[in-house]
Amino acid sequence: MIIKQLSIFLNNEIGRFTEVTRILAEAGVNLQAFTLSEVSDFGILRLITDNNEKAIAILQENSYAVSTTDVVYIELPDRPGTLAKSIQKISDAGISVEYMYAFSQGNTASVVIRTDDVRQCNDVISK
Amino acid sequence: MYYNEEIETMDRESLRRLQSERLVHIVRYTYENVEFYRKRMDEAGVKPEDIRSIDDISKLPFMQKQDLRDYYPFGTFAAPMKDIVRFHASSGTTGKPIVAGYTQHDLDCWSEGVARCLTAYGATKEDIIQVSYGYGLFTGGLGAHDGASRIGASVLPTSSGNTSKQIMLMKDLGSTVLCCTPSYALFLAESIENDPDTSPSDIKLRFGAFGAEPWTENMRKELENKLGIKAYDIYGLTEVSGPGVGGECECQDGTHLWEDMFFPEIIDPVTLQPVKPGEQGELVFTTLTKEGMPVIRYRTRDLTHLIYDKCRCGRTMVRMARIMGRSDDMLIIRGVNVFPSQIESVILEIPEFTGQYFVTVDRVNNVDTFQVDVELRPEYYGDAMGKMLRLKDRLVGRLVSVLGIRPEIRIVEPNSIARSQGKAKHVLDKRIMNP
Repeated sequence: MIIKQLSIFLNNEIGRFTEVTRILAEAGVNLQAFTLSEVSDFGILRLITDNNEKAIAILQENSYAVSTTDVVYIELPDRPGTLAKSIQKISDAGISVEYMYAFSQGNTASVVIRTDDVRQCNDVISK
Repeated sequence: MYYNEEIETMDRESLRRLQSERLVHIVRYTYENVEFYRKRMDEAGVKPEDIRSIDDISKLPFMQKQDLRDYYPFGTFAAPMKDIVRFHASSGTTGKPIVAGYTQHDLDCWSEGVARCLTAYGATKEDIIQVSYGYGLFTGGLGAHDGASRIGASVLPTSSGNTSKQIMLMKDLGSTVLCCTPSYALFLAESIENDPDTSPSDIKLRFGAFGAEPWTENMRKELENKLGIKAYDIYGLTEVSGPGVGGECECQDGTHLWEDMFFPEIIDPVTLQPVKPGEQGELVFTTLTKEGMPVIRYRTRDLTHLIYDKCRCGRTMVRMARIMGRSDDMLIIRGVNVFPSQIESVILEIPEFTGQYFVTVDRVNNVDTFQVDVELRPEYYGDAMGKMLRLKDRLVGRLVSVLGIRPEIRIVEPNSIARSQGKAKHVLDKRIMNP
């Protein structure tokens, strides 16, 4: 399915990430998944939360640059080969992946995928 | 519109005669009243009687900021204390400030200079003029205030700072003219944009008189677009008088200098020789009418050139091109001369960036490092890292071609570069602290 992800621009400085988690914790926002990518001067923190509206409001109040991005979210059985199969569908459809992140818990693996065409990716992968 | 048509449009031959008369007087006056000038002229082997016309000015010795510091506080005053009615002091960041003393006549000349500027921009007694320059020792606040009073306008003396109150009064009273530094004007414009309670139609400003720090043509466009105004330069310095030594006219094609009171020359800052007319160099002033603390051939360190052609507005007073830097602000990075104003104008060329920037220069392992922090406009921060990196590359490319040297650009979080409410601080040169 297609879900909303928050992207937060951060200076590449000690304590910036800590600060964001503190602000969200105080607002009672729960993080379900995140990934942090960085270049030399800045980073982008990508978050899946249980309350995007609240998270956006509180982060903007603290002058963070926050944006919302559509991403594809899939759950797979946590067994060898299941991810390979899904990814194969995406590449067969000629869709290019910008980034993805994943984690597994119990018997299920959760995967977040950002592509150039989110809708098409979602259609292809749901088949 | 002219405030003093006779002077502002005087033919240059008559102007030269007036300047000659006044120079002869000021040289004798300072020689007789101030030990500093007597000593300097004697050392240079010049006597007051050697100065017969304005052409003789090049025989006189120069003076600079250090002289004013060395003779602090009253050593270059020419009038007795009973005639001094006001002090101002420059915003010196190191050591003693420069203290200037003014007689009533000096204040009258100063306010006339500001009145000429405001009138040239189109201000009348119908205007509400909000003065957001700092009031106090800084010449900006009271200088603009006296000029605005002189044309009979309604003056709103908000001084600098307390931005939300500034915006509230600007809306509620319907200020039509804003006087402040260009960087504070930009900060006000951004604050208005971000204020959910203020829409552009609440702002009645017609124009702004911006000065006290160098600014660029791109910054003008930015201020004009954001505030829906015409943005005009007003030039001045405490040592010479204050804001209103000159100002632009409606043509926005150079800053007219009121050379009946403040005589400008351009010299080569290295050889100290006058440059050919129209060539760039350091601006030097001689005050022709000042009594309290005159200056003779005072080196401003501002780099510019002068335009002597008659302006379309009808004024004959010489025009100064935009100040492109200061001979002492110039950064020499890896042997290349870099002016903060060049960096600023390049950043403002690319609309995705705000005009805010901060330059840090340092020396690591005997190599100069050159870093420029910039901010994107809010809508350009996003999830796509590649897009932001491409913007950065574009800026680096433009800077390399303009400066001839490659800076390291850092895109930083929105509003994380400190906004100033007075003169903007754009540069940190750490090499000075760790020589």
